[in-house]
Amino acid sequence: MSAKKLNNKAWWLVAPVVLLVAFNAVIPLMTVVNYSVQETFGDNLFFFEGMKWFEEVLSSERFHDSLIRQLKFTFIILLIQVPLGVAIALTMPRKGFWASVCLILMAMPLLIPWNVVGAMWNIFALPDIGLLGYTLNAMGFDYNFTRQPVAAWATLITMDVWHWTSLVVLLSYAGLSAIPDAYYQAARIDGANAFKVFRYIQLPKLKRVLTIAILLRFMDSFNIYTEPFVLTGGGPGNTTTLLSLDLVKIALGQFDLGPAAAMSLIYFLIILLFSWVFYTAMTRGEDK
Amino acid sequence: MARIDIKALRHSYKPNPLNDDDYALKQVDLTWDDGGAYALLGPSGCGKSTLLNIISGLLAPSEGEISFDGDAVNHKTPDERHIAQVFQFPVVYDTMTVYDNLAFPLRNRGVAETVVDERVRSVAEMTDLTDMLHQRASGLTADGKQKISLGRGLVREDVNVIMFDEPLTVIDPHLKWKLRSKLKELHQRVKTTMIYVTHDQTEALTFADRVVVMHEGWVVQEGTPVELFERPSHTFVGHFIGSPGMNVLPCEVSAEGVRISGVAIDIAQQEFSVDQEKRYEIGIRPEFISFAPEGLPVEVVSIRDTGRNKIVETDFFGNKLKVLVPEGADVPEGKAFVQLDKNYTLLYENDWIVE
Repeated sequence: MSAKKLNNKAWWLVAPVVLLVAFNAVIPLMTVVNYSVQETFGDNLFFFEGMKWFEEVLSSERFHDSLIRQLKFTFIILLIQVPLGVAIALTMPRKGFWASVCLILMAMPLLIPWNVVGAMWNIFALPDIGLLGYTLNAMGFDYNFTRQPVAAWATLITMDVWHWTSLVVLLSYAGLSAIPDAYYQAARIDGANAFKVFRYIQLPKLKRVLTIAILLRFMDSFNIYTEPFVLTGGGPGNTTTLLSLDLVKIALGQFDLGPAAAMSLIYFLIILLFSWVFYTAMTRGEDK
Repeated sequence: MARIDIKALRHSYKPNPLNDDDYALKQVDLTWDDGGAYALLGPSGCGKSTLLNIISGLLAPSEGEISFDGDAVNHKTPDERHIAQVFQFPVVYDTMTVYDNLAFPLRNRGVAETVVDERVRSVAEMTDLTDMLHQRASGLTADGKQKISLGRGLVREDVNVIMFDEPLTVIDPHLKWKLRSKLKELHQRVKTTMIYVTHDQTEALTFADRVVVMHEGWVVQEGTPVELFERPSHTFVGHFIGSPGMNVLPCEVSAEGVRISGVAIDIAQQEFSVDQEKRYEIGIRPEFISFAPEGLPVEVVSIRDTGRNKIVETDFFGNKLKVLVPEGADVPEGKAFVQLDKNYTLLYENDWIVE
C-alpha cells in the first residue's frame, strides 16, 4: 500500500541542479583528473602514466618557487587588507548622506573589471608617463616596476589593496551595523573606553563576517590571475609569477597538459585544505 | 543614592519641533525619592523609553531639567551620573566569563581586584549565578544572560539608580515570575532606587511601590497601585489598568446632577462646576458593579468565563457596560438591574478626573 504511493517525480525537480553542477564542476574537474594521469603526444593519443606528473610537480623547484610567492602574496595582502578594512569600516558614518557616499565610494573598486584594474595600474605606475610612476621618480625615488622586483611587488600589493580592501570594509560595515545600540549603551554605562568597546563588543560580533571575509580574500588572492597578468605579466623575470600565472604558462604556453592538470589539482587541494582548516578552526566551539 | 527631580521636561527627536505632535515627551514633572521602587507604565510609543534614556543620560532632553539630589545632570554622561541600566535584550560580553562580565564595570573604574572579587561573589550569590561564574557568558540561556545584565547593574555600590527597560521581554513566562520576585527581593536588600519600564501592568503593579502611567508623551497619573485602580485620574489609566478595563460612559451634567439617558447616577464627587463646552463621562470599574433586584436597567448581552470570575457584557441605553461577577454567582438573563458603587463612580471632564 505505502510502496505504491511513493512518488519519484520529485527527482525531476532536482535534475536542473544536478545538471548544472555536473557541467560546471564535476565534468571539468574529472577531465582534469583524466589528463593528470596521462601523457599525450598529440593526435588525441593518450598513455596512462599513473602518479608521474604529481611526483614531478611536487618535486619541481619551479612549483615550489611559485607556491612560496603565492603564499607570500596572500599572507601580505591579508595582513594589510583585514585590519585596514576593519579600521575603515569603524570610521565610516553609520547613517545619513555621508554614509551613502562612503558606501558608493567603497563599492567602486569592486565594480571595475579585473583586467581594467590591471591596465589602469599598469599605466598609472609607468615610470615615464604614469601619474604615480612619474611622481615618484620626480620626487627622487628610483621607481620602475617593470625592472625592479621590489617595485613590482609593491605595485602589485598596492593594487590588490586598492581593489579588494573594500570587500572587507563592506562586510565589516554590515557586521558593525548589525550590533544593537543596547550594546554600546551598556558599554557606556559600564564605563568601557573605545578600545574595550572594540575588543569586547565589536570584534567578537565581527567574528563571523571576518571569517567569511578572510576566507573570500584568501581564495580570491590565491586564485589571482588577471590583474598581475596585465600589470607585470609575472615579471620582471619570474619575480611576480604567482601560481595561476605559472599554471597558465605550463598549460597554454608549453602545452604540457599532464603536468598542468596535476598542478591544477594540487593547487585546488591546497585551497580546499587551507579553507577547511581555517573555517573549522574559526567556527569550533561556537553555539550552533 | 539620590533623589531624582524632573522639571518641565520635553523631548523631541526632530531638530525643529513645531507643535506638541512633534514631541515624544510633551511635559514631564516628576520626583522620585531615594530608595523607591518605581514603574513607568504605558503602551508602546508613549515615551517611557525616551524618558528612561534621558534619565540615564543616553539621550539629552530638548527642554527641561533633570537633577540628582538637586544637582542638574543634564550634561553629564551615564558614567558620571552613576546609573545602571538593564536593557530589553540581554547584553553580555560574549567572549568573557560570567565572572568577568560582572567584574567589567568595576575594573573599568579601576577598583582593586580584591574588592572586585568580593563584590562579584556577593552579586553572583544574589542573582543565583555562583555556579556559573567561570562559564563563558555566551553559553547561557536568555534568563541567565539577563541575570548577568542585572548583576552588572548591582555590582557597583555607588549607583544612584538602576533602570530596567522592559527587562523580561525575552524571558520565558514561567521564569518571568521568578525573576520578577527576584527583582523585588533585590530591591528590598540593596535599597537602591529602581525604575522599571514596562507595558505590562502586572509587572508594574507587582514590582513598584509607585507607578507612573504615561500616555502619548504625557504623564497621566502617578500613584500607588491601589490609587491607580480605585481612582484613575485619566480615562486612559482606567482603560489601561485592570482587566477588563474601566467602563467609560458619556453622560449629561447639569446643576441637578449627572444623568445617562435621563437616568440619574450617584457619583463620588460631591461638588463640581459644569462647563457645557466640555465633554463629560462617567467611569466605573466592572468590579464595582453588581446585579441587584432594582437599580439601573440593563440588558445582558454576553457572558465570558475567565475561570476566576465572569465578565458580563451588558447594554445600558446603547452603552456597553461590563460587570464582573464572582465565579459561581448567578447571572440574570435578558433584562436585569445593576447597582453602581457610588464611591467608585467617578466623573471625568475631557478625560481628566473632576477633583
